[in-house]
Amino acid sequence: MMKKMFVKDTYKNINKATIQRVIKHRLLGMKFSDGLVFKILIYGLLISLGYVYLYPMLYMLTNSFMTVSDIIDASVRWVPSRLNWENYVVVWEAIDYPRALWDGILLAGLPALSATFSSALIGYGFARFEFPLKKTLLALMILTFIVPPQITMMPTFRLYANYGLLGSIRTFIYPAILGQGFNGAIFILIFYSFFKMIPKSLEESAQLDGASPIKVFTKIAIPLAIPAIIIVFLFSFVWYYNETFLSGLYLRGSDILTLPLRVEQFFINYTSIYPEGSQARELMQAAKLAGNILTILPLLVLYFFTQRHFVESIDRTGITGE
Amino acid sequence: MKKWIEKIRAFFASKVAPKVDRFMHRLTHNKILRMSFTHLTLFNKLKIKITNQRRQTSLGYLFILLWIFGFVIFAAYPVFYSLYLTLFKVRLDAGSLQLAWVGIGNFQAAFLQDPYFIEILVNYILRMILNLPVTLVFALVIAMLINQDVKGKGVWRTVFFLPVIISSGPVISELMNQGATTLPSIQEYGFIRFIVDNVGSFLANPIEALFSQILLVLWFAGIQILILLAGLQKIDKEIYEASMIDGASPWESFWKITLPSIMPLILVTVVYTVVSMSVFSLNEVIIYIRNIMLSESTPAITTGYGYSATLAWIYFLAMSLMIGIFVGALSIRRKRWQS
Repeated sequence: MMKKMFVKDTYKNINKATIQRVIKHRLLGMKFSDGLVFKILIYGLLISLGYVYLYPMLYMLTNSFMTVSDIIDASVRWVPSRLNWENYVVVWEAIDYPRALWDGILLAGLPALSATFSSALIGYGFARFEFPLKKTLLALMILTFIVPPQITMMPTFRLYANYGLLGSIRTFIYPAILGQGFNGAIFILIFYSFFKMIPKSLEESAQLDGASPIKVFTKIAIPLAIPAIIIVFLFSFVWYYNETFLSGLYLRGSDILTLPLRVEQFFINYTSIYPEGSQARELMQAAKLAGNILTILPLLVLYFFTQRHFVESIDRTGITGE
Repeated sequence: MKKWIEKIRAFFASKVAPKVDRFMHRLTHNKILRMSFTHLTLFNKLKIKITNQRRQTSLGYLFILLWIFGFVIFAAYPVFYSLYLTLFKVRLDAGSLQLAWVGIGNFQAAFLQDPYFIEILVNYILRMILNLPVTLVFALVIAMLINQDVKGKGVWRTVFFLPVIISSGPVISELMNQGATTLPSIQEYGFIRFIVDNVGSFLANPIEALFSQILLVLWFAGIQILILLAGLQKIDKEIYEASMIDGASPWESFWKITLPSIMPLILVTVVYTVVSMSVFSLNEVIIYIRNIMLSESTPAITTGYGYSATLAWIYFLAMSLMIGIFVGALSIRRKRWQS
């Protein structure tokens, strides 16, 4: 009885003004940025921008399953009338997917490994030792990032041609192992700032215990730098995997090709075989997207398992901490 | 993942490291070269005292030796060689290069005779001037949105970083061909047509290109978002609280606190954006230069390698100019804020 009275009383006390105040508080919050309106605004923006961002991917995914009639039919926009694997089968068989994939992984993996190894060494050298001309050399290294490959590609192309290296994976391994692979400067900088962040005392104490500098590097610096190693390897792998400009130049006409190039090659051949307007030509639009999906699939799987390393890479590399 | 790292570490310590050590020991303790703690002996005769500075220098150069070789072979030599070739008409004759001096003829050809290059280059510059701010503002907006107190920060970061992983030339060119890099709704808005119809073709083409590839432009923002986000997270929250107590609106605190503190990172992203957009394999200028380089049999104005090297250098200068202008413009504004 008492309790009921109490509840009734409190209800009585809440008049219109209080309700308004509470609602206002809920909506706008203490300082606007914790209110409901603001939350809806933020999430709305994020979701719509996220949709815009992913739109090409969604387009690619759904259209790759479409049959010819689906593509022509304007009423079929997002959901194909049935799950049609035919496009995938065509591309899979045409490019011999398992082999092409293995080639692609090899072409990206070996240079990436070499680049990781060399940039760790070089980054450590720049971060830990004081030597004359160090500043100049660092500046030169950053400059190599800005120089576009169009300037260097021609003499390099001649160089490879003279030594008969064209069409071989070595055209990518040699620059990588000498710290001049794709975006090599970035990787050296990542290791540079990473080794700068690690306190020096650990290495100094090892030195006092009689470890040679090389031993300090292999036994202390490298094990500590495993996050950086993973980051550099992943980025390097992805960039090598996606690279088509230089690989199109150096590997032209050889039987080892990156996966994106192989898919592209297949469609160039395909277009030349079938005349304009034929049934097979109509199918191509969807098949091309299926080929794209097959190209990026390994990267998506890789990204799915390792995305933490990718997105935390910037924090870890200390670009922001001066 | 942790377990794997541990395993790799254990394997490295037990198997790889001892072998490397033994090898290194042999390298420094043999007949030709013997290193003790204070002295270095060459051929058992020449004794050199090791000072700390000498040790630092030699070790430093030892570690970056690979890079020095790489720099000479794959950066310095090609750069100077291609600069040298810009002065020649180059013909490929039985596998060897035949050089014929033309002086600045290649540059004259590029600016005066080539029917396409200047147009493509101007187009590239205009497009960059339009695209770069769009990319930067977009990256900043996304970074600031994620930096708010939202649920699932990791998910958002993952979503907006995804294009970096998958964007390769053929994939993107296919998406462009099929019109998937523009939103259907953008095309339907009349105002873009209106802009395009009213500003003259000089500006209209880049604007139209910007909107027809708007998603592609945004896709270049992946790494920039992460860089800016990392910068935003480093700003001390207390500064905002203090400014709020002093009566600053969110708008004011954005211009007076947020922007100045991430300015250095914005400069980094500007350089990164210009470089990554310029060397992307679908860039018209790049494709044009490569085609000239590979088409050895079009002697009309193109002088093969020499001419393509010239174009590449002009392109590089345009690119550096662009970086200079953008960085310069941003630095001027920064000075005004500080005063």
